[in-house]
Amino acid sequence: MKSGPRTASALFEAPGPRARRRHTWYAVLVALVTGGAVCWAFLRFSDAGQFDARMWEAFQYRGVQLRILAGVVDTFKAFVLSVVLSLALGFLFAAGRLSAHRVLRWPAGALVEFFRAVPVIITVFALYATDLLRTYVTTVADVLRRDFGSPGGWVADNFGSPTLWALVIGIALYNGAAQAEILRAGVGAVPRGQFEAGYALGMRKTQVMTAVVMPQAVRTMLPSIISQMVVTLKDTSLGFFIMYEELLYAGKLLAQNTATPSGYPYLPVLCVVGSLYIIMCLLLSRVARHLAARNS
Amino acid sequence: MEVLTDNAGLFWQGFVGTVRLMCLSTLLAFALGIVLVSFRVSPVPLCRGLGATVVTVLCNTPLTVLFFGVTLGLPMLGLTEAGYFTLAVLVMGGYASAFVCEALRSGVNAVELGQAEAARSLGMSTAQTAALIVFPQAGRAAVPPLGNVVITLVKNSALAGGFSVYELFSTEKTLVERGYAVALVFLWVTAAYLVLIAVISTGFHLLERRLAVPG
Repeated sequence: MKSGPRTASALFEAPGPRARRRHTWYAVLVALVTGGAVCWAFLRFSDAGQFDARMWEAFQYRGVQLRILAGVVDTFKAFVLSVVLSLALGFLFAAGRLSAHRVLRWPAGALVEFFRAVPVIITVFALYATDLLRTYVTTVADVLRRDFGSPGGWVADNFGSPTLWALVIGIALYNGAAQAEILRAGVGAVPRGQFEAGYALGMRKTQVMTAVVMPQAVRTMLPSIISQMVVTLKDTSLGFFIMYEELLYAGKLLAQNTATPSGYPYLPVLCVVGSLYIIMCLLLSRVARHLAARNS
Repeated sequence: MEVLTDNAGLFWQGFVGTVRLMCLSTLLAFALGIVLVSFRVSPVPLCRGLGATVVTVLCNTPLTVLFFGVTLGLPMLGLTEAGYFTLAVLVMGGYASAFVCEALRSGVNAVELGQAEAARSLGMSTAQTAALIVFPQAGRAAVPPLGNVVITLVKNSALAGGFSVYELFSTEKTLVERGYAVALVFLWVTAAYLVLIAVISTGFHLLERRLAVPG
């Protein structure tokens, strides 16, 4: 007997010959309906000229390819910075929430709950509109350019944009709060005996946490931590709203600057940009799933 | 406080916009999610594959990209009369449906195999087993993740403000453009979201308590 997924067996018995014949008919019906819908959509888009060769020609040009690559690099830059910052914040918030002191526990708890409830774009836009952040980042970039020679200039050129930092900090506040909750759940899942063994060896609470509990918590929670990174990666596309030149914004500019007789190549650009996002997210999800399988 | 009292109308408009978006998209997400999950747990391999593909694609695409695609793509498919609000509801409902599907599927997975076997050995048909034994238990297990899906949906609805729908994000942008202090505007808009999310999570907690097996 071929074994399907578990859900199928919870809901359905192993099919007999009649059920199998019926299933074949269902499959044919679904295939016809989906195929029909896809063909219809294809024809409509084709009528709108979105599949004209002219619409796709642009992707052959080196300049266009470089611009898309630059979008990927900018997305990746925001992603890496956001991940680093969100993990740092996550550990900080989690440490606060797990602290024995009420003075730390309460504010940390309030911050985590607050940032988990606020939409990321609301925070990102508020930071983007804050003059303080703008002047601060610009000043730091100027100092780097002036006093640190060419390496300082390189850093200032690549990481000196206030828009980038508004995006990164906004994303990191939310994702840091989410990572903190994941870490806290991980600490909760470590058996009590581990704490007790640590204390019995004469370790202080900080030592028990850093040397015994956290490594185990991170290990068990690694799949969830990486799944949260997928969310972080998807959040970088919010840069679109504050005109940070990440992949989606680069795509939009590209589409708007490529006029053809039958309009702008929005669908081709979307196909390219969308698949790039899906590939990046799937790779990360794959890592998460692989780790989850290895852990269990 | 002045920011709020001077612009009560704008805040109210944004709040109502967000609530309307939330209600309609949640309805659509649940309807589509049920269809998707029925595909994902179906005994027909083609349906399972199709459901899995749709869910994977939706879960791995940023919502912004989806918004961008749908607001530009659907008019080409002939939906020219649909306003931005309708398009936003379609995008958010469609996007959240994948997560509703996964929540429901985790609920079905949580039902022990023995329950269905017991039902079948009592002579129940597949439909009876599903309706009387599996779905009630699956629904109960799916309530907490569904609550999270709805909360995420409310937060995601802010993106609609970037695509010409009036809701709380639009309120924030308008007021910041009018020169009000960013921090104050941010706090008031955030307060509105906190209220909405508190109401939703309380609702789902009550529902969870109501459905819990006593004892």
